Amino acid sequence: MANDQATAAGDLLRVEDLHIGFHLHGGLTPAVRGASLRIRPGKVTALVGESGSGKSVIAQAILGILPTPAQISGGRILFNDPLDPGASIDIAALAPDSTAMRALRGGRIAMIFQEPMTSLSPLHTIGDQIEEALRLHRSVSHEEARPLTEEMLGLVGFPRPARAYDRYPFELSGGLRQRAMIAMALICHPALLIADEPTTALDVTIQAQILKLLKDLQARLGMAVLLITHDLGVVANMADEVAVIYHGRIMEAGTVEAIFSDPRHPYLKALLAAVPHFDMHPGERLVALRNVPVQTDALVGLRPPPRPRDPGATAPDVLLRVRGLTHRFAVRQSAWRRGGEPPPPAVNDVSFEIRRGECLGLVGESGCGKTTVSKIIMRALTPSAGELIFDGGDGPRDLLAASGSELVALRTRVQMVFQDPFSSLSPRMTVGAILREPLEIHGIGTSASRTERVRALLRAVGLDPRHASRYPHSFSGGQRQRIGIARALALGPDLLICDEPVSALDVSVQAQILNLLEDLQRELGLTYLFISHNLAVVDYVADRIAVMCRGRIVELAPREVLFRAPVHPYTRTLLGAVPYPDLGRPLDFATLTRGGATDPGTWPGAFRDCGEGPPLQPIEVGAEHWVLAHADADARELRP
Amino acid sequence: MLRYVLGRCVMMVPTLVLTSMLIFTIIELPPGDYFESYIAELQAQGEGVDLKQIEALRKQYGFDKPPVERYLHWVGGMLQGDFGYSFEYQMPVNAVVGDRLWLTVMVSCFTILFTWIVAFPIGMYSATHQYSWGDHGLTLLGLLGLAVPHFLLALVFMYFANVWFGTSIGHLMDPEYLGAPMSWAKVESILEHLWIPVLIIGTGGTAGMIRRLRANLLDELHKQYVVTARAKGLPPFRALVKYPLRMSLNFFIADIGSILPELVSGAEITAIVLSLETTGPMLIRALQSQDMYLAGSFLMFLAFLTVIGVLISDLALVMLDPRIRLGGGSTK
Repeated sequence: MANDQATAAGDLLRVEDLHIGFHLHGGLTPAVRGASLRIRPGKVTALVGESGSGKSVIAQAILGILPTPAQISGGRILFNDPLDPGASIDIAALAPDSTAMRALRGGRIAMIFQEPMTSLSPLHTIGDQIEEALRLHRSVSHEEARPLTEEMLGLVGFPRPARAYDRYPFELSGGLRQRAMIAMALICHPALLIADEPTTALDVTIQAQILKLLKDLQARLGMAVLLITHDLGVVANMADEVAVIYHGRIMEAGTVEAIFSDPRHPYLKALLAAVPHFDMHPGERLVALRNVPVQTDALVGLRPPPRPRDPGATAPDVLLRVRGLTHRFAVRQSAWRRGGEPPPPAVNDVSFEIRRGECLGLVGESGCGKTTVSKIIMRALTPSAGELIFDGGDGPRDLLAASGSELVALRTRVQMVFQDPFSSLSPRMTVGAILREPLEIHGIGTSASRTERVRALLRAVGLDPRHASRYPHSFSGGQRQRIGIARALALGPDLLICDEPVSALDVSVQAQILNLLEDLQRELGLTYLFISHNLAVVDYVADRIAVMCRGRIVELAPREVLFRAPVHPYTRTLLGAVPYPDLGRPLDFATLTRGGATDPGTWPGAFRDCGEGPPLQPIEVGAEHWVLAHADADARELRP
Repeated sequence: MLRYVLGRCVMMVPTLVLTSMLIFTIIELPPGDYFESYIAELQAQGEGVDLKQIEALRKQYGFDKPPVERYLHWVGGMLQGDFGYSFEYQMPVNAVVGDRLWLTVMVSCFTILFTWIVAFPIGMYSATHQYSWGDHGLTLLGLLGLAVPHFLLALVFMYFANVWFGTSIGHLMDPEYLGAPMSWAKVESILEHLWIPVLIIGTGGTAGMIRRLRANLLDELHKQYVVTARAKGLPPFRALVKYPLRMSLNFFIADIGSILPELVSGAEITAIVLSLETTGPMLIRALQSQDMYLAGSFLMFLAFLTVIGVLISDLALVMLDPRIRLGGGSTK
């Protein structure tokens, strides 16, 4: 299958000097400027770059699904179909909706997309949508197609394909939806699969499963894959060849070994330095691709100076103590579906403490309850049970018991930075008004001093104070997240809850925001509760890390300890599923179980709550290293 | 599912009871009753009034009784299919409405069909060719239809229909067939007249429909699942019909609720200008003359159709949209 000679004829697909422009404001804005690329049969080629670099546009051009304003203005895309040797088709010259192009699209070249939530029609069963692809390209009847579709569903890992056929996408989890997408793309056995950020929207353990699936199917069906990603960890684990794209040009291309062992182009080196990874030395800083200077000194003095610590005290200085937090969401009694057991609590007996000046990382996969915890601390949700003791330097106070003016005053002490920088800022308010609003609500300062504060806040997060009169839409995602951080800082809080603050951002911007948060913490003596599903990011910012699974904290340890010696099986799976941008440390696909790491059934007995016997409790297995297990568990089981 | 349908049906009862109370109150609000306005009218025309006969009629229809009793009598009658007696026409409401009702339903059905047949292709074209000359031109045409008053269009159409085709002015049929029993000639005459009201009433609705379909479809066209369908190799038109069009139909189904009452009441002004034998002008006349049983029963009938229409569109949504059917708030 593999063609060892890199001749033009041996390539499955060659992109030659491709130019693509967008018709905007009467002119043609170039998005791809003379990119050349080759994909060899049966190999995985990774196309790496930031958003806006033109990598998705190239994929759309190969598939002939460029959006209307885009136009191929030069170059060739040559496709050599292995089923029809000798004939070379120039896709760039084909009309997008011609019969010849439609026969290639979905039949010989297929694509899977980033967002499994929106890529499937919610009104049609997945079986219907997958079968449609088959029947478009093969003359088969529904009776013949259904078993083939079910076979494909089984192949991508649906446990009961016959039942899955009649499922609607919204009944499935993100991982299963992406499997359905893969089934749809592969049902016609294409020669080339284009995977556009196929795992970016997924949790890390699900990502590992999908990557394994893609790799297995690629070997089994002997197809080539064009993998578009910004995650160099995914590249190192999946790709045979790599092309790095920047501003519509290919900067560097070669085998994955050559690229990782000897990156030549400065852009690629910068990209590698901008991503947090686990081998960073303590205190090592990320290098953002474009550095944004910040002036935090404008904010110093905003907050009261930290209380001098009693030199004789040995216990840690705790800012927030969370004890026995439990929250159960009320389930609406559906009119036509009654009964069934009440779901387990979203947050179940969660206890931890956040020390003054530290950054506590809270890690877990989507749905584990970490955002619920943050909402409870913000007093946006009232828990079913539990205790929140906040000590802002003026004596401990019960956050949950606070009400009225006491609660209003306490709200200035805890502020939040949200995940989505696009929807968390009102599009109808100027940035200045957004930053003034907290001050106005709490009646802080005069009109003039508020304006001064807004300017200081903007400077502190690296934005131009003159931009205060602009509206959020004129800022990029990273700049908006800076505005969100500035808003959270406006009241001079003690505790900042950052709920996935960099998940929606590009790698290079991510480094800027992480550095900003770090600077602010150091300069202002802030305390963070940093919630994320990205272990590398948490590893970079956090001092201690709590791992959450199914509403419970299963492990809590200092950063170095957790990553060096994880004890809980869930933590281990989580860490094992992170792809490293390092060829020497490939993912161990064999140990990644299909059932998912969140299934306690796969855990050893010491960590399993069987419903009878004594409840699980945190057990100290090392200095400040706690694991949720049975009290009478064998010490050997609790060893890393 | 059955439970849901039953629940919805039970919920209709209090709605209708409240509506009937409201209608009765509003009709009772103006001072006087039908007989008083009748006497005033007769006196204005200089005719003598037989007060005794009127007093007898008042007694016969219970106008001397307290309002609550009259309300119960009215509602009770309606439950048995007796909608009361129209004083104006001097016959039971059932008989007054009867012959007009089917003409109205016919006009409305043709109008709705016309709206759909015109609006769907244009809406789909406008959405898929956004900001093209065709889109702008058709939009302009639609807006013209929306902006020109119906009565003006009605007058213009009547004139040209008479000049060019010799169609008689006004009415749904030639005058000779008014009140005549049904015959082929009468049906032909009706069909000859029908296109004028259908076109006039339809233009406004069509424009609104095009705009809404275009807006809904434009939202859907940029969704990721449309790209997925294209990436599968679906021909553009089949992809359009199967995915985004179906998604954008929810608003259209939700509209059915308001279509049902429009079937029997819509476009009163046009109907008056064209002297159509439909129920619209009759309702207006009944309200003016305080012909309370006719007006009340008719309004009640409209309310009933609205409730039924909403029920039908809700059930259709449940059947057509699996997210509503299976979601039940349990999943995202």
